[in-house]
Parts: sequence; structure tokens; C-alpha cells
Amino acid sequence: MMSITSSPATDEGEKQRARQRRKWVNDYSMPIAYAALFVVLTFTVENFFSAANIVGLMLSVAQIGMVACTMMMCLASRDFDLSVGSTIAFAGVLGAMILEATGSVLLAVGGSVLAGAAIGAFNGVLIAYLRVNALIATLATMLMVRGLAFIASQGQAVGIANEAFMDFGDTRWFGLPLPVLVTALCFVLFGVLLNHTIFGRNTLAIGGNPEAARLAGVNVERLRVWIFLLQGVVTAAAGLILASRITSGQPNAAQGFELDVISACVLGGVSLQGGKARIFGVLVGVLIMGTVENVMNLMNVDAFYQYLVRGVILLAAVLFDQLKTRGAR
Amino acid sequence: MPVSLQFDQVSKHFPGVKALDGVSFEAQAGAVHGLLGENGAGKSTLLKILGGQYKPDGGRLLIDGAERHFHSAADAIKAGVAIIHQELHYVPELSVTENVLLGRMPRRFGLLDHKAAQRHVQERLAAMGVDLDPAARVGDLSIAQRQMVEICKALLQDAQVIAFDEPTSSLSARESEVLFRLIRELRGAGRTIIYISHRLEELYELCDACTIFRDGRKIVTHPVMADVPRETLIANMVGRELKDIYDYRARATGAPRLQVRGLGGPTLPGRHDFSVGRGEILGFFGLVGAGRTELMRLLYGADQRQQGASIELDGQPLRGSSPSAAIAAGIVLCPEDRKEQGILAEASVAENINISCRRHGLRGGIFLRHGKEAALADEFIRKLRIKTPHRDQEIRLLSGGNQQKVILARWLAEPTLKVLILDEPTRGIDVGARNEIYRIIYEVAERGCSVIVISSDLPEVLGVADRVIVMRDGRISGELPRADASETAVLRLALPDAA
Repeated sequence: MMSITSSPATDEGEKQRARQRRKWVNDYSMPIAYAALFVVLTFTVENFFSAANIVGLMLSVAQIGMVACTMMMCLASRDFDLSVGSTIAFAGVLGAMILEATGSVLLAVGGSVLAGAAIGAFNGVLIAYLRVNALIATLATMLMVRGLAFIASQGQAVGIANEAFMDFGDTRWFGLPLPVLVTALCFVLFGVLLNHTIFGRNTLAIGGNPEAARLAGVNVERLRVWIFLLQGVVTAAAGLILASRITSGQPNAAQGFELDVISACVLGGVSLQGGKARIFGVLVGVLIMGTVENVMNLMNVDAFYQYLVRGVILLAAVLFDQLKTRGAR
Repeated sequence: MPVSLQFDQVSKHFPGVKALDGVSFEAQAGAVHGLLGENGAGKSTLLKILGGQYKPDGGRLLIDGAERHFHSAADAIKAGVAIIHQELHYVPELSVTENVLLGRMPRRFGLLDHKAAQRHVQERLAAMGVDLDPAARVGDLSIAQRQMVEICKALLQDAQVIAFDEPTSSLSARESEVLFRLIRELRGAGRTIIYISHRLEELYELCDACTIFRDGRKIVTHPVMADVPRETLIANMVGRELKDIYDYRARATGAPRLQVRGLGGPTLPGRHDFSVGRGEILGFFGLVGAGRTELMRLLYGADQRQQGASIELDGQPLRGSSPSAAIAAGIVLCPEDRKEQGILAEASVAENINISCRRHGLRGGIFLRHGKEAALADEFIRKLRIKTPHRDQEIRLLSGGNQQKVILARWLAEPTLKVLILDEPTRGIDVGARNEIYRIIYEVAERGCSVIVISSDLPEVLGVADRVIVMRDGRISGELPRADASETAVLRLALPDAA
């Protein structure tokens, strides 16, 4: 037998491999954890692993998923948006009202999306140009937009009778409901936007170090407005899809939605300090949120306990991430 | 003299880097021991081990002959070690007294006793010979004064070992003198002083002995600083002979490329005029606070310009007043504060190089060209000899000199580069890397670019510039061609009371 000697070259190669292994475990710990959870649930929870349930699960997080894509961009640029829940409600109410008044789906969708863009741009201008703290600015618009939703609908749900509009939520392509496909499309689009465009790179740059990004020639203010504007557009679209599914525009819809979206992003490893985001992580974060809720429903867990469990999971994920980065120091 | 501080075969590894490799050296009580080495040589790691921030992987740390294991910065303080970091740690909103006694304020009946605290700190400051109001807010003080606060804190903690990490990097000559006097007094009182600096003049002035590091290893300890010739020190540090680090190359300079008239703004009142020629290296000298950085930021569009300011580049007026407009026209700036304004710390070397220039060659397209960006990054890593394991390394893990080269690469990659502004390009950067940065500056100028070098380091300005503009108290006080720019002539223009 030949003796094995450790030459410096293989030693270095070994280290390199060890480093890559560590990085791999770091990067994929959350997806692996989710995959493990999924397998365990498949065998332990009755009715979990059925086509109907999985589709239902995806449908339940479709809106969160859509908005999580844009919230990821927002958080990556070191900003914050609390107004998305109100925007969903307002877009739904506005869409339903235009539909009622004109009967035109095109006008309803166009009007709502424009309103969403306006809300987003308003947030962006407040934060980027007028330098209002993002938390305060979007807290204010959250209240204002919710108020507008109630005022416009006079506090009542606005019913939808348009067949074409209602069908959207029920239509299936390749066995998947359209809302789920739209969410999937959002993930693809924003994945490309984040990783393969100047827009995405500059978003990460202004989140990582705004002053350095500005001095490197990034137009920080304009970029921030665009990020919020996109957020408004996607959120309004999510509001319309929700309205289509519940066949009415509800002014009190999506309360606390903003926190679910931010939780999903944080679960997915998006840093609130900005500069770090991965679309795949956000997808896993959204799925974890949906799965946990779905399983608790299947097991008939009391709604009161569901809040507790969701809080614990969020905290556990963040703590785990802290320990991981501490270990790397 | 007794040995007070001893490192015995201390090692520290980081992923992919051997920061310290079996380092041993001793420092004596009542002496100033200098630590020299290029950036990344291991000095900072050593200091962090001494301060309890890092745990060594191997070896022993002894203080007064007893082995010590620090688990936190608090342990080190308890053992009588104080580190005066390059970046000072203080609470800007609190007073001098509160900062000095942070966490240890005297109490009376369970409440803070502000009067006693104030008196206590006042006495100590007076003993140090420092004129400072204990009630002043630390955020309002100058950097030099903040340093004094930090030293006062160390003394009140009864530190026997005090380490200074490049304390003079942002001090004026006069402020440095005050610091040196204080350090000599501490030496006289029998304390052990560790002193890190890149400025050789300072080390000769202050140190009794010195130890030189390179690539995480100790190279040599010189027990008597005064006996060591300069060339030996530099050769020890860089591992080769380096005669003149500036290595000035004369070149022909052409017609004015950049014409600035009436430049000013809220950050720098007044109207300031100057021009730079094609291929010319223009030095800007002045004391800290003379307005050089402000003037360049105005030129770059980083701060708001006043009405009537005119900037002409090759005869064309500069449109727009933002950094992106300046860059598009070919004016770029390497900022003074590399960490806060230059690098994207968590992004990769490749990203830091490509961030600005990627908008070229992408005509109309919004998508990144990953292959092209990687090739560009590799090209500059090779050309500028940037020491990094690979282009995807996070830039924060590089040494200061290599970070600066990455920022330079960012601008050299701009195909439209016409005017390169460098604000303190070699601050905190070691001799070897400095030499390479000067070489890059000459090459840029030889290509016909105008280069503006701001520096507080007088030999540096005189060493590289074709022409020197001196600023004093927010205005341009004079201009000297290279031939007339002697140290005395420049200082006469720079000092407020030397007219």
C-alpha cells in the first residue's frame, strides 16, 4: 500500500473544500430545514401531502409571496414598508368600485394599479427626497390609505358581480390556480431583477452603504422611489387578486399583512440592515409561513395558539441566524 | 528594565488567512515599543488579542510574568490593558466626564454623583496637562480632544499597558506634539506603551524599541530604535529595498483640462478658482479642516454648489450637480473615508470594481454581463496587484491598501476617466502599498488624465505633485510649482500664524 502524504497543495485544496462545504451549509440551512419539515409533515400529518392540500397551501400564501418579492427589494435597500396591507385593501375596494361603475375589467385593473403606483411613489418621495424615516412615513401612509379604503367604500364591502373578474381566482392552468402562477412569475421576475440587473445590484449597494453608493455614481434617491413604486404596483395587483378570490373589495382586508410579509422575508434571510437578500430564501420563508399555518389548520390548532407559534418560529429563525453569523466571526 | 508584556508563540487563524503565525516578542515597562509592518502584517490582530477581542488559537500572553487568558474586552481592562483604537469608541451625546467614567460613575445615595465625577475627571485632565472642559459634549470635540478623553479613561482605569493604534492618522502636527508629550510622560511613569504607526519619523521620535511584522510573522525586534537606519526598517517591512517611495516621474503636462471658477457652497463659503492641466498631478495641501475635502466634494457634486460656480472640462461646461453627473463627464473621486464612503464592505471585490463602470458597454440593456464583469475584475486584480484570494472575496476582509487599490480600479475602469481626485489616498496604508499607489497615479497621469491629490502628509504632496495648491482656513492661500515647493514654503502658506 502506498503511504498517504499531505502535501501543501492538497492541504490547501482540502481547506478550500471545507470552506465551500461550510458556505453551502450556511446558504442552504433554511431550505434544508424546510425540506426536512416537509418530509416529516408528509408522514405525520394526515391529509398534508395531497395535491388539493398543497395547492391550497400555495394559494393561501400567494398574496404574501407576491408582496414579499418587492418587500425584499425594499428591505435590501435598507428601507421598510408598513403600508402594504392597507394598499391591498384599498386596491381591492377601488377595483371593485370601478368595476361596479363601469363594468370594465381593464379600467378596474388599470385604476387600481395606478393608485398603487401613486401610493408607492408617494412613500418613496417622502422617504428619499424629504428624508422622513421610512418606518414613520409608511406608518402614516398605512393609516391614511386604510382610511381612504373605508371612506371610499363607506365602511362596507363592495360586491363584485363581473364574471370575468371573478373567474380569475378560480381559473387553473396546468392544474395550478392563476394566483399561484402569478406569484411564481413574480418570484422569477424579481429573482432576475435582483441578481441579473443593474437595478438589483444598485439596490443592494444603497442598502449596504448609501453614501459609498452615491459617491460611486448611483442615483440613490431616484432608485429608492422606483423601489417603492414597484412595491405599490405589485401590492395593488395582489389586492386585485385577493378581491377576485373573495369576490368583493373589503376595506378591512389584509390587516397585519405587512408583518406577515416582513416575517417571511426575515425568515428567508433578508437582512433588515440592508445589503443582503436572496430570492430563493424569500421563497422558502413564504413557504414556511404557509406550511406552518396550513398544518396548524389541519390539526385544528386553536387560532389563538397559531399567533404564538408563528411568533416563536420567527424568533427562532432570527436567533439561529444570529448564532450562525457569530460562529463565523 | 523589567519585561512587562510578553507574547509567546501566539497564533491566530481566520478562514483562508494566517493572521498571526507563532509570534513572540517582549515589551518593557517604562518604554515605548513600536510595532511596524505593512497592512495585513498582523499588527491589528495582535492588538485585538491584547485587548481581549480575539482569542488566540495557540501560544501564551503574559503580563508581568503571569499568563493571561482574556475572554472579553472587559477582562483585558481588568488586567490593566488599554487600547486606544484608530477609530475611537465613545458616546457622542454624553459629556467628557460621562464618557471617561462610563459604567463606573460614582454614586451617592444610589444616584449618580455628577459633581464628584466632574471633579475627579477635572483633576486627571489637569494632571495630564490637557485643557478640556469635563462638561463638554464629546461629539463637539475635535478628534485630538476625543483621543485625550480616551487616554484619560485608560489612566483612570489604571492601565499599565497602553497600546496606541495609529493615533496620529487624523491629527495635525501640533496636536500630535501634545500627544507625544503625554506618551513620554506615561513612559516616565513606568507604563508599558505599544505604539503602531506607519509614519517612520514618528517612530524615531517616540520609540525606544521596535518589532517588525510581515505576513503574520515577526521579522525582527530592534532593541534600540535609534541604532536602526531607515532603510533597514523599510527593507524589513517590505522584504526588499525601497529607496525613494515616491519615485517621482517627470512628464510633460499639457493645456488646462479642468477649469474651476467661483466654486463654493454651504459647506465651503467663498469663491474658489483653480485649474489642472492635461497629465498634471496637482497636490492640495493644508491642515485638517482647511477646506480641501469640502472643495473637492463640491467639484464632484457630492455637496450642493452655489449659484455661479463654473466648472469646465476640456472647454465644455459640466452639467448636473451630482456625483453621477460628474462621473459621466469623467470626473471621479476616491473619498477620504474609505470605510464609510468608499467601499461596499459586504460586497465582493468584483462588485466594488464594477459598480460604476458597468453602465458602459451595456448600451440600452439593463442586464448585467457577469462574464465581462468577472474578466474586468480579474484584469484589475492582476494589473494593480490587488492581494485577494479571489474576485468574490468580501472587500472588508482585505487590508486597507488593497481596498484602496480596489477603489482605484473602480475608477480606472471608467473609459471616460479625465480627472481623478484622490482624497488622502494613502492614509493608513503601508509603505509598500503606497509605493504602488504612487506608481498607479503616475501611469494615470501619463495617459493624459489630470490627477488631484489631497494629502495632510507634506512629504507625500511634495513627493508626487507637479504643482502644489495650499489651503488655509477655507480658502486657497497660495500656489507653488514643484521646483519652488519646499517644506518651509508650503508650511508658510498652510499655517495660520506664519504669515
